[in-house]
Amino acid sequence: MEQQNIYQPYLMEIEKITEEAPMVKTFRLKFTNEEEGNKFSFRTGQFGEYSVFGEGEVTFCVASPHTRKGYIECTFRQAGRVTAELASLSEGDTIGFRGPYGNIFPIDDWKGKNLLFIAGGIALPPMRSVIWSCLDLRDQFKDISILYGARTVEDLVYKNELAEWKERPDVHLVTTVDPGGETPDWSGEVGFVPTILDKMIPVSENTIAIVCGPPVMIKFTFPVLEKYGFKDEQVYTTLENRMKCGLGKCGRCNVGKVFVCKDGPVFTRTQLKELPDEY
Amino acid sequence: MEKELKILKYSDLPKMIEKFISQGYPVLAPVHKGKIVEIEYVQSLDSIALDVLLSTQSAKKAAFPKVEKVLEYTMNKAGVVQHPVDPADSKETILFGVRPCDASGFKSLDAIFGEGPSDQFYLSKKEKTTIISFSCPVADEYCFCTSVGGGPGNTAGSDLQFTSVSKDELLVEILTEKGKKASRIFADLLTEANSAIDKTKFIADVKVVFDLDSVVAKTTASFGNAELWLEQSLRCIGCGACAFVCPTCACFDFQDEQDTKKGVRLRLWDSCGFSLFTLHTSGHNPREVQSQRWRQRIMHKFAYMPEQLKVVGCEGCGRCSRACPVDMNIKEHLTAIREQVTV
Repeated sequence: MEQQNIYQPYLMEIEKITEEAPMVKTFRLKFTNEEEGNKFSFRTGQFGEYSVFGEGEVTFCVASPHTRKGYIECTFRQAGRVTAELASLSEGDTIGFRGPYGNIFPIDDWKGKNLLFIAGGIALPPMRSVIWSCLDLRDQFKDISILYGARTVEDLVYKNELAEWKERPDVHLVTTVDPGGETPDWSGEVGFVPTILDKMIPVSENTIAIVCGPPVMIKFTFPVLEKYGFKDEQVYTTLENRMKCGLGKCGRCNVGKVFVCKDGPVFTRTQLKELPDEY
Repeated sequence: MEKELKILKYSDLPKMIEKFISQGYPVLAPVHKGKIVEIEYVQSLDSIALDVLLSTQSAKKAAFPKVEKVLEYTMNKAGVVQHPVDPADSKETILFGVRPCDASGFKSLDAIFGEGPSDQFYLSKKEKTTIISFSCPVADEYCFCTSVGGGPGNTAGSDLQFTSVSKDELLVEILTEKGKKASRIFADLLTEANSAIDKTKFIADVKVVFDLDSVVAKTTASFGNAELWLEQSLRCIGCGACAFVCPTCACFDFQDEQDTKKGVRLRLWDSCGFSLFTLHTSGHNPREVQSQRWRQRIMHKFAYMPEQLKVVGCEGCGRCSRACPVDMNIKEHLTAIREQVTV
């Protein structure tokens, strides 16, 4: 009997490409084999290995919500060899996808709570999957607030969706850009994410905070949350480390004894505090 | 199954190998290749290096080759077509003339590749490999198998084990069903053994140099001991030779190779000692300096694997120490952890 090859990807057709920001694109991907697509399911927070045939694989989260079936999306910045090849592809081209891998944001446990999303730069994509997953089940949650910052106005990703969230009465969106990153017509905040978070006076009571961004943003955001009474188990983040297999075998993404690929990528701050400094 | 004991004459070994080959079993065995001893396919006993203590390379490539195809595809105007690669596409093979530390080294690989979604590329090759090991009549100063739970006559992982009991005769221990099946191929060459035969008289005496439980406990507690790792790794040049000769190292990489129309994805050995191993595209590297990479090597084998996979990732074969171009010696480093670290 033929055995399963755990390294064989699904073939995916690039259905739609959206330019999000300089060097940042979103691909909407459809399963080439419809039957595989029907069987496929994932939960928000999970990731996959996307392959450009001939170049290799690259690790991103699934940026679309699990509440929407029939396709997945990924958003990436062109930064290395594989992402450069990926960025050169067109609608209709074929790539590979292995996944879903890793653990999830436990949104079922968050029912009846306020959600505070805090994201910086290119870290909005993993958060966007959770945000839409929760917005698609909007009546299960109380207040939903989103604080999103980027270096410049141009660097903000998902500009159309930010506009949509801004309009929604059931979402409280705050956008900010780093000092000097604003344009004359910028109507959002100017300042670093932790500073703006402090101004928002977040309420910790019955709230889950989901934080995702560059290490320096996370480092300065946690103390602000602490100041407003957020306990470690109320704070979630998602980690990334270099990966090859995504399955806990290839040996490179571990933080101490914990494999980001199979024990993560989602961690509470309580769990994060137990990890050694290796990410 | 209950172990069976037989006697095989040295002079019948060539016939035994001939029988394996004539019945369609490829035979992998240690072979002299210039200055090193590789594990390679052989056609007769003549080419097998039975005179060496240990092959330079470990035997892991029998189930985990240095380079292995995991994908094959062609590209045309309509897109990409994948041509399934069957992970189970391998032959039943005899791995002959390896040492007990090679045979028992597979238990680490079994744990890594078998855990979670299982890697059938490894598991099916391992399943189809019958391991015939030779116990060690001698050992050298790099050997420390007895300190990590093994021994020169350890049968764990072997299907058959041969022990030289006189200048003409080998004691054959039939240890597993797979071993029994293989022994049937040369059953006519086997005679009954005296069940009172004491194998220990014919194997090396390898002194225990440290208490494993203590090394594991102390290693587990040493992540933050930057001074220890720095001191141990000052000489390390990050060449990765230790990982490439190790019977238990399983870290790997993928690389694509293609021409204009077709391509393959290859799985290749990798090493946590390489500086690029964990480098992010952003330039950030969680294991930025060599001492952190040395810490990873030791902690993975002596802290993370024992805790998570219930197996110590070291067989005490000493290959890494023999291969190290700057003369780092794992036995000494582990002894130092045992002596210097307090928990």
